[in-house]
Amino acid sequence: MPWELRSDRPIYTQLIEKIEQKIYSGVYPPGTKIPPVRELAQEASVNPNTMQRALARLEEIGLLYTHRTSGRFVTEDTALIKQLKNRLVQEQVRDFLEKMQQLGFGRDEILTAISKIMEENKDE
Amino acid sequence: MSNYILECKNLTKTFGPVKAIDQVTLKIKEGCIVGLLGPNASGKTTLIKLCNELLTPTSGEIYIGGLKPGVETKKLVSYLPEKTYLNDWMKVADIIDFFQDFYADFNKEKAYDMLKRLSLNPGDRLKTMSKGTKEKVQLILVMSREARLYLLDEPIGGVDPAARDYILQTILANYDQRATIIISTHLISDIETILDHVIFLKEGRVVLSKAVDEIREESGKSVNSLFREVFKC
Repeated sequence: MPWELRSDRPIYTQLIEKIEQKIYSGVYPPGTKIPPVRELAQEASVNPNTMQRALARLEEIGLLYTHRTSGRFVTEDTALIKQLKNRLVQEQVRDFLEKMQQLGFGRDEILTAISKIMEENKDE
Repeated sequence: MSNYILECKNLTKTFGPVKAIDQVTLKIKEGCIVGLLGPNASGKTTLIKLCNELLTPTSGEIYIGGLKPGVETKKLVSYLPEKTYLNDWMKVADIIDFFQDFYADFNKEKAYDMLKRLSLNPGDRLKTMSKGTKEKVQLILVMSREARLYLLDEPIGGVDPAARDYILQTILANYDQRATIIISTHLISDIETILDHVIFLKEGRVVLSKAVDEIREESGKSVNSLFREVFKC
C-alpha cells in the first residue's frame, strides 16, 4: 500500500512527516530498527534516493541514528521525541486557530466547538 | 571517468528541414531517475535513439559514461524501444535465454522473479499476448540487465493503471541506486513520485531541466501541472 503523497509538495518533506508520525505514534518505538531504505522506498512507492534524503534529514534532527553495520534505528532519547512531538502539536494547533480566526470564530466559540465535537466523538 | 552518465553538447539532429533535436546541452548524473517529458513530436525518442547510436548526430556531441555511443556503450545501456523487436513466435522462456546469451549483465533469476511477481507464464508465446502483457515482458527483459543506464521509451503506455503501479514498484525494487534510469513518457502523474529530475523537451529544445522536489518547492506545483502550464496549447 503506497503512502499517500501529494505531488504539489516536495516528496522528501512529506516522507519526513510520515516517518515522524510513525515515530510519534509509536509505530516505530524508541530504539527499534526501521526497515532499510530500499524497503521503505518500495513501501512508499518513491525513489530510493528521495527516501535516503528524508532519512538523512531525520538523522540530522536526531530522531534516527545509523549503526554502521546493522542499520538505522529510532533514537532512544524519549525526551527528544517528546519535545519534537510537542512542537508539532503547537504548530498544528496554531494553524488551526489561525484558520478559525480567519473564519471569524472567537476564542470561546472555538473552545465550545472543540469540546462539543470531542464529546460527540467519544460516543462513537 | 566522469560522474555524468549522459552528456550532450550542442547536440542537433535534423531530418531534412525538420530539427528533431536542436542544440541540446545537458548532463545527467549517475544514480538518479530522470523523466524525459514532452508533448508528441518534441524529440524524446530521437534523443533516446541518439544515445543508442540508432541515429547519429547531425552536429554536436553525445557521451555515455564519457564514451561516444558505440559497441562499448551498448554494454552499459539497457534500452526499451517504443516498438517491439522480438519475434512473436518465441516463448518468454526462449527470449530470456536469448537475452542471457546476448548480454553479459543479464540476470536470469531476476527475470523469472519479476515474471512471477507479475503473474506471467514463461511458457507463453508473445503472439498470444495482449499489448499490455507484451509491454510487461519487454520491460522485465530490459530491467533484468544490470546496466548503468536504462533508457525506457514510453514504458507504461499500454498498461492498465493498476498494473502500472505494480510495474513502477518492480522498477523500484530492482533499481540499483548507482544506475540511472531515463523514462520518456507523457503519463506524468503516474510516475512523478519516483523521479529525481525532469527534462522538458519542446520542439527539440530543452525548456527545463530541474530536480523534481525543487520544482515543487519553488512553484508549489506538481510536475504534472507545471507540464500543463509550460505546454499549454
